[in-house]
Order: sequence, then structure tokens, then C-alpha cells
Amino acid sequence: MSFPWAKHYEPKAPLMRYLDEKLPLPRLVYNAIGAGYPVPRNLNYFWNFGVLAGFMLVVQIVTGVILAMHYAANAGVAFSSVEHIMRDVNWGWALRYAHANGASMFFVVIYLHIFRGFFYGSYKAPREMVWLLGVVIFLLMMATGFMGYVLPWGQMSFWGAKVITGLFGAIPVVGEPIQIWLLGGFAPDNAALNRFFSLHYLLPFVIVGVVILHIWALHLPGSSNPTGVEVKSESDTVPFHPYFTAKDGFGLGVFLILYCALVFFGPNMLGHPDNYIPANPMSTPAHIVPEWYFWPFYAILRAFTADFILPAKLLGVLAMFSAILVWFFLPWLDKSPVRSGHYRPLFRKFFWFGLIPAMLVLFYCGGAPAEEPYVMLSQIATAYYFLHFLVVLPIVSMIERPEPLPFSITEAVLGDDNKAVLGENTTPAT
Amino acid sequence: MIRLIGILIGLGFTAAVLWGFGWGSAAVIDQGYLVEPTAEHEFHKDPKEVAFATDGPFGKWDLQQLQRGYQVYKEVCSACHSLKYVAFRDLAQLGYTEAEVKATAASWTVPGIDPNTGETNTRPGTPTDYFPSPFANDIAARAANNNAIPPDLSLMTKARHEGARYVYSLLTGYQPQPAALLAEFPDAKTGTGLYYNPYFANLNLAMAPPLSDGQVTYADGTQATREQMAKDVAAFLTWTAEPTLVKRTQTGWAVLAFLLFATILAWLAKQQVWAGVKPKRRED
Repeated sequence: MSFPWAKHYEPKAPLMRYLDEKLPLPRLVYNAIGAGYPVPRNLNYFWNFGVLAGFMLVVQIVTGVILAMHYAANAGVAFSSVEHIMRDVNWGWALRYAHANGASMFFVVIYLHIFRGFFYGSYKAPREMVWLLGVVIFLLMMATGFMGYVLPWGQMSFWGAKVITGLFGAIPVVGEPIQIWLLGGFAPDNAALNRFFSLHYLLPFVIVGVVILHIWALHLPGSSNPTGVEVKSESDTVPFHPYFTAKDGFGLGVFLILYCALVFFGPNMLGHPDNYIPANPMSTPAHIVPEWYFWPFYAILRAFTADFILPAKLLGVLAMFSAILVWFFLPWLDKSPVRSGHYRPLFRKFFWFGLIPAMLVLFYCGGAPAEEPYVMLSQIATAYYFLHFLVVLPIVSMIERPEPLPFSITEAVLGDDNKAVLGENTTPAT
Repeated sequence: MIRLIGILIGLGFTAAVLWGFGWGSAAVIDQGYLVEPTAEHEFHKDPKEVAFATDGPFGKWDLQQLQRGYQVYKEVCSACHSLKYVAFRDLAQLGYTEAEVKATAASWTVPGIDPNTGETNTRPGTPTDYFPSPFANDIAARAANNNAIPPDLSLMTKARHEGARYVYSLLTGYQPQPAALLAEFPDAKTGTGLYYNPYFANLNLAMAPPLSDGQVTYADGTQATREQMAKDVAAFLTWTAEPTLVKRTQTGWAVLAFLLFATILAWLAKQQVWAGVKPKRRED
């Protein structure tokens, strides 16, 4: 697909030849994740998370479809239908724990996938479209995860839904009507639960669609790599199959061990005990917290405590959405021609000593109660978060002096690149 | 241009959030404390350390203990608390025979309908019935319990942090309100009809101390101290909250053993496949 030396699919069996003529699906697979896709030979294990994310999407859809066969999206019986799954459905407990913790593991994988992109500059040309589609997938995942958490109709489901839909109420003038329209009422109830279930079932298939576009867009320039130097010749790449099917297979095994350890030995560790209490509109939990994967953004929402031109609540909502929307502009904010953080001394410092600690603080404070010192900590971390993407990255990319890049991937791997074929498909070293 | 707008927006958000930080830190300095001290903050205690047979990845049910816990629930807790997600048939998992399950189900009175008149009545339970609720509805529950609804206990150990330890600590944690608390927070005096318990979130619980030594007589001869009964019923509620707990961890070991084997094979396969490609040199 992407490089002239990519292997070509040559069906041998008569049936496969027939199929290739009528519906070349095997050819598509061969070119997408088979021997027909040349991949940089130097990918490290951080490049494993795309495959893992795809795997988790399938796990979530399969477990989710089966759970939906036993679940009842009605405010009166939703909670007990979940208990019915846990107690009476054969292996229902395993399915539900796999699905609930699967969402968590999906987000673990996605966060690592995104931060891989941040560090190695995967968002830069020619892969901007891959990045933009990725951010769309992340937003869809957040919507899906949020609505999924509402379905058991426990206390955190109800109050989480109330707080998050309440955010729309911060929009001046039209906020409240929008909120009522979204919920189908003044507070979350049967109407909200039903539409959340419907959308929770729909959105994963939308995600599948965008994932296909994401992979399609990736296959035009091919995968990025830890050096950030583009592929120049055949010696820079190996075919996806068997090299990366084998490597990702091992990564998948390690990942599954962690995932299953969570499902079978600590399935409620990442959940909140309050969600085992049926939803009660009359009793507000002491601390309303969303699921852990929303904590950084929840911390940003709560960090805006004082009116500053705009009301504090509106600022918080704007900042929370901007915190993700800013990722859309990343390819144009960071103009450094060097992709990989390995060769960017100044960027690297801001990444490891700025962005990562700020993210960790936001993760922690988002799950903590809304009191001091957590509010003050998240205010500092929020300030750095926005400075990092909107101020630091543009300025660093202007003033930084990158370290020398290897001539090619082959040189980076083997020490020299005598085999590099300088031909017409060669791009000059950056 | 886009970077210029970006820098301006970035500085705007930073200014707004730091403005809040300024007011927040000023308030903290002004007050002299980070969090307003409350009786809950200072006197609430984390659950006591107590071991259960189901603890850890190799946990097992202690069927004798579960049967004792069931007895405590039946003779004490069930006066006020329902157990609505558990059916009598489930008791077979506690080691009771089919006849024993039938007998114990029949010892409960459940709501029924007269087959001839269609009027509501009551009848003895059968194994397919669920544990009956002690109150007809929430209003009746409130009326009988000083305006507090006794919560359903089926999921109690999953609905609290450190569930079984919490239940044990709460049942054994009643005590007189400390003098130090009243000295520091004179307004926090435990109200009438409430009982001081440092393991409860707001320290004052509407449930009277339910257990006292020798309250039940155990069939297996175990001495029914308050601690013993609290521990037994906490173990029983661990089972009601998740009857599949032990099956889960046992399945987990089989799954992990398989995955470990498969992952080692995958590692060997990966080494084999990559053997022809020179290993990656460390980046300098």
C-alpha cells in the first residue's frame, strides 16, 4: 500500500483467487495488517497500544452485546437487572466485570497511545489526519464510557449523569433548555436512561467506523517510529506479518494478564462503592466523582473557582472541553520539524518534568474531594496544562536546537546504513 | 497566526485559573487551615483490621461461619433489614441440604395471594422465593425507625469501602461520644434517637447497637460473643453481595495460568521470528 517494496498479495488456492476477484477482502487484510504492510523495524513496545486498543474495542462490543441481552434499560428495574446478570446469568458476573474493567483497560491503553503520540510527535505531518481522527475516537470513547457508567443506575450513575449534564446549564441563556432537552426532563430519569442506553449501544459502532478511517489514514504515510525519521528504503522496514503480529502477540499476552488479574482479583477496585447503592434522587453522595479515566478533566473543570470576566462555572466547562479540543490543534501548534522527543532536548524536559507531573496531579486531584489542598494543586496543574500545549510547545518549537538525527532508521538500528538505496522514493534527511 | 491565537487563549485560561488559585490561597492563609476542621474529619475511624476466610486471591468460603452469619441475619438483622437480591434457593451454597433449604424457607413468612379470592395474604416461603422485606414500604420503614430507612443488606459489603471490615467495625464500634469531641465541637452532640459510632460516615447512626453477647445460640457450639456474631454476619454479607466471589478467584487462577503459558509461547515465537533481524542498538 504505502511503499513500493511492499509485498503483493498472491492468492494460490483457487478459492482465494476466486474471492480476490469477486470481493478482495483477504487482500485488504493482507495489506492492512498482513505481510503487505511494511512497518519501521525499530518500533518499540509503545507502538503496541494501537493494536491493543483495537482488541479492547472488540472485547467491549462482544461483552456489551451479550450484556444487553440481559439488561433492562428502565429506571425501575435497571439496578436489579444488573444484579440479575451478576447472580443468575451463567458467567454473567465474568461478562460484567470484563466489560466494566474492559472500559478502564481500554482507557489505560488509549492514554498510553495518546502520550506515545505526544512524545514521539506522531501528530506531525504527514500524519495530521491520523491524529485528528484519533482525537475524535477519544471524544467518542469518553461519551460512550460516560453513558455506560449511567446504565447500572446506581448512586454514582445518577449523580454523575446529573453533574455532567448540568455542565450544559453553564452555557448562558440556552444552557438550561439544552440540559432539559438532553435529559428529557428536569433531572436524569427513565427518559435519560433509555437514550443513554441507545447511544451507548450505537457509539461503539461509530467508533469502529472512525477507527477504520484512522487506520486507513495511517496506511498512506505508514507508521511513525521512535527516531521520527521517515522510512527511506526497504532496509528500514519489515513486513507487519510476521514481525509485528508476533511482537504484538506477546504484548497482547502481557496486557491480557494484567486485564484478567484486574477482572478476577480486583473487579471493583476501580469502581466506586456508591454505585452498588440504587440511584436515589433524594440522597446526594458525599463526594460525586466520575470514573477514574475522566479525573484529569474533572479536576480541570473544578479548578476554576473564581469569576474572571466570565462566571467561574462557565470557565470550568470551557476549560474542560478546551483541554481536549486543544489536541486538535497540536499539529499546528508544535512546528518543530523534528518529530521524536528523543532528539528534542528542551521539549523533552517540558514533557517529562511538566506535562507528565501535571497530568498525574490532575488524575489524583480529580478523584479527590473538592477541598484544599487538592483544588489549589489542580489549579497549578491546570495552568501548566494549558501553558504546555498553547504556549510552551509553540515557543519551544521556535527556539529549540534539536540534536542530530540519524540518517535513516537502518542507521539508527545497525549503526550504519550502507544498504540505503538512494532512489526516487527517498526523501532528504530532516 | 494559529500559534498567536493559541498563546493568547492559553494565557487567558492560565490567568483565569491562577486568579482562582490566588483567591483560594488567600482564603487558606486567612483562615489558617486547609480544610475546615469538623467532627467527621477528626473523629471518623477507618475500619478495624479483621481477617476473613475469603480474603486474598486464595480466599475460600468458611461454610460454618456463613451458616452462623445467616443465623445472625435471620434472628437479629432481618427484623429491620431486607435482603432482596438473595433467594432461599441460594442458601444451598452455604452447605445446606435440599430438605434444609426447604425447611428454612418455610420458616419465613412471605407475601402471597389467596388462590381462591385473589386477596393478598401471607404464606410460608419456598426455595424460589426471595428474602421478604420486613416493612411493607419505605414509609412504614421510616415510621418504625426514627425516620431512617434501614438499607437493604444484599450488597452492603460492596457498597462500602472495605465492605466486610466496615460491617464488622460498625457492629462492634458503638461507644460513648468522646469528651474530646464535645470539647472541640459542642454542636456535634449526638442527637436523641441516634448512637455514636466512629466507623459511621457522619459518626451518628440511627441504628441502636444491634448485637450483645449471647444474643443468638449457635448450633455448632461457637460462643456467640458480640465480636463473633459481627464477624459471622459480615462474612455472610460478603457472600450475599457476591455469591460468585470464590468461583471468580478460582477461575482467575486458571485463566492466569493459561495466559502465562500462552504469553511465554508468544515470547518464544517473537524471538524466533525476529532472530533474522539484527537486534536494535541502544539509542545514544
